[in-house]
Amino acid sequence: MSVLYRGEELQAEIEKFAPGATTGHSEDAVHVDAGQWLDVAQGLKEREELGFAALTLLTTVDYIDHFEVVYHLRSLSHNRTGVIKLRCGEGRGDAAVPSVISVWRGADLQEREAYDLMGVRFEGHPNMKRLMLWEGFEGHPLRKDYLR
Amino acid sequence: MTLQSEPVIVNVGPQHPSTHGVLRMRVAFDGETVTDAEMIIGYLHRGSEKLAEERTFTQVITLTDRMDYVAAMTNNQAYVLSVEKLAGIEPMPRGVYLRMISAELQRIASHLMAVGFLLQDLGALATPLMYMFREREDILDLFELMCGARITVSYHRPSGVFQDVPDEFWGRLRQFLDGMPAHIDEYERLISGNEIVLSRMRGVGVLDPDVMVNASITGPMLRAGGVDWDLRHRAPYEFYDRVSFDRPIMDESDNYARYLVRVYEMREALKIVEQCVEQIEPGPVRDPDVPFVLRPPVGESYVGIEGPKGELGFYLVSDGGISPYRCKVRPPSLLNLTLLREMVIGLPMADMIVTFGTVDVNMGEVDR
Amino acid sequence: MALDFLDNAFFRNIYCNLSASDDGRCGERVFSVLPGGFEWLAFLITGIVIALILVNGLLGSVIVFIWAERRLLGRFQSRLGPNRWGPFGTLTPVADAIKTMFKEDIVPDAADRWVFNAAPVVMMVPSLMVLAVIPWGSGTFLADLNIGVLFIIAITSLSTFAIVMAGWGSQNRYAMFGAMRAVALLISYEIPMALSLLGVLMIAGSLSLVSIVSAQDLPFILVQPLGFLVFFIATTAEINRTPFDVAEAESELGAGYHTDYSGMKFGLFLNAEFAATILSAAVIVAVFLGGGRAWDFLPSQIWFLLKMLPVLIFMVWMRASWPRLRIDQVLSLAWKGLIILAFINIVGSAILTFIWPDPSTTELWKMAGINLIVMIASVYAVGGLLGPGSAPVAGFARGEAPPTPRPAGEPAGGSG
Repeated sequence: MSVLYRGEELQAEIEKFAPGATTGHSEDAVHVDAGQWLDVAQGLKEREELGFAALTLLTTVDYIDHFEVVYHLRSLSHNRTGVIKLRCGEGRGDAAVPSVISVWRGADLQEREAYDLMGVRFEGHPNMKRLMLWEGFEGHPLRKDYLR
Repeated sequence: MTLQSEPVIVNVGPQHPSTHGVLRMRVAFDGETVTDAEMIIGYLHRGSEKLAEERTFTQVITLTDRMDYVAAMTNNQAYVLSVEKLAGIEPMPRGVYLRMISAELQRIASHLMAVGFLLQDLGALATPLMYMFREREDILDLFELMCGARITVSYHRPSGVFQDVPDEFWGRLRQFLDGMPAHIDEYERLISGNEIVLSRMRGVGVLDPDVMVNASITGPMLRAGGVDWDLRHRAPYEFYDRVSFDRPIMDESDNYARYLVRVYEMREALKIVEQCVEQIEPGPVRDPDVPFVLRPPVGESYVGIEGPKGELGFYLVSDGGISPYRCKVRPPSLLNLTLLREMVIGLPMADMIVTFGTVDVNMGEVDR
Repeated sequence: MALDFLDNAFFRNIYCNLSASDDGRCGERVFSVLPGGFEWLAFLITGIVIALILVNGLLGSVIVFIWAERRLLGRFQSRLGPNRWGPFGTLTPVADAIKTMFKEDIVPDAADRWVFNAAPVVMMVPSLMVLAVIPWGSGTFLADLNIGVLFIIAITSLSTFAIVMAGWGSQNRYAMFGAMRAVALLISYEIPMALSLLGVLMIAGSLSLVSIVSAQDLPFILVQPLGFLVFFIATTAEINRTPFDVAEAESELGAGYHTDYSGMKFGLFLNAEFAATILSAAVIVAVFLGGGRAWDFLPSQIWFLLKMLPVLIFMVWMRASWPRLRIDQVLSLAWKGLIILAFINIVGSAILTFIWPDPSTTELWKMAGINLIVMIASVYAVGGLLGPGSAPVAGFARGEAPPTPRPAGEPAGGSG
């Protein structure tokens, strides 16, 4: 049976190798500081006791005053899942988080899709182009303030 | 003296017989060999995720039908499970068994399509495809008995399914279950040992299992690479912990392995349906107390299921209203294409098409 | 004139009723249409009439064959096939033909117009020319060329030009891919095709198809099984049928070299292809199945057509059952497999014809037995030589059994 890491538990694990990288937790998610995210991601993937080998799902949510980038991670060896959340674009400013494509190849298309539809830039992505919509499309449709 | 030559850029798709819909690849060829490939998608983008934000939780089910339109039942299932988790609904056992039966039948139908069109890509003149459509037709007839629709079923509901099956269904299902193993053997006799199929598919399009895991590839592709990862087994949802079934694993990770794993999974799916038929008991198929217009509490949920093409999941965020605040699909078809470029570079054109075929994508799900 | 054209019964019946010539070759005269001195006109008209009969017969049989193939494919694929227009759908190809003729004829802007427009015609010509030398029954042929087999091989390779013209003229990359593949394939398969016929020529002692037919006291498929195998495979490749249809490869190239053609130009390509199939069946019947020779209760022409049926049905059957080979596999099959087999056949036949220079029926049977053993041994040897999976010789590549999935059993750690 796959077990979901509780937020608290996973936060403690992350704090062990990246002190100060987390900014809090909810019931089953850890909030990570976007600045240190790449190091945390590297650790999450490579540390034996965590072993998050796969990025199951990357998604973005528009919470009006900020954007949240949600990472569902999966450890195949321990059969556990963990949820990481990043805040960005406070006050609808420029939303950008570091790209994790160097850690998980699976982020490639998901980050492009998130950029295309939600307008969150992933810095360091080698091919940050629109995925679904055509080049020259105005706006990002999944934002709550997108008007048809 | 060396011959100077430029690569030939060819647009494979979106109008191409073998791109399974509207995928477009800009491929650079050196002679017959692929030297570079770029995937361009979005020709079928309908903004399903945005549409979901303006429909009630129940109405979104019809949108999920239209994502992976050859496997609508499993889309329903993934979405409904996520809603149930979000709203804290306990499903009715008979409803759950009916969901499992329909989902496993849908898995067979989807694999039939995958294998049939793969053989079409290999150049077999529709014969295997037509054989497989024959059996898929039976499955669609069963779906029609279940819910009146064949493709866009919208059958599952939070807390169960929307109606019980007629008595006639069980006889037809028994007929199908009795006949299908012989049909699968027939496909295997026609295809699996065929010298041309073997020489075309073995050792082509090999992927490293660790790279596949890293690239979020799931489903039959991953299992054909020797990774024993099946969510029905590792993270059982519904009543998959009450049935016993096997996961066919192959270590070759080539096109042939991806083909064969699908064929064997059809047999396992039949076993699951058999067990569900044994275990199912009379009772209500849905909870009448669950309202049509759901108002789940503020929160979020993600449930991933083992769809025919890989891990299929819905990430739902609720703000306490009647429609999802955010509805995000984890599309296995899209993520399984992550490594497409690496897979096809260096292959001849003919193998590029076949390799793309073994990924088994559905463009409705890729573009959504 | 070296050949006495009046040996040809087909020709004589028409000619003798037209001309007033009384040099005795026409036998008892009933009447003549033309006055004396117009023998040349009678000769000309006869030729034109026969050509018309043959060409229209071929095109008509193409229509029948298209219908038959579609019906048969339908049966192979557990569906009905065309069954709407006319009894059993027999008028479907006619409807198709009408539709094809009325379709807009599109010439792409970028196309090289002359080459593009000429290609379908050039494609059609070889098929029609081959028609001339096929003995459709005893005394039923247009010309008994003493280089008949050579003529067929030479003429059929002309279709390479048409394919290159179509591929190049279209200025379409898919068409170009198809054309390049077709050229590689056609040139490669010319060689085993020609070589495989040498055994037949040694035994028959002539290149003329009429003489070959008359030499077949025992059908040459029995006397030359290896030659037949190589010739059949090579012919299937030459006419671009599954599993060698790499030049069209609809799942890869759209339609290969004729991707950009529409309307009747496309119709001509289609016609030429089906005509080539019918003609290759006819050549196989003439060279290997004893032509029109069989029991007497039916005319030889009917026998000829009846013998073509199993060949054509087998070709349809192959098309229905097998996937396509890759172009490099197709070529390696020709160069590494068929040419070796053809050479083995030549050496074997040479030795046998040295022992029995003018074989009687008994000696032909002996040859058949020896050649059968040679065929089985050499196909087995060459099939092994190609190696498992490298280039297939169906059923003969000595490979290990294909892998099957292992059951996962109880949970093992994933490679995470």
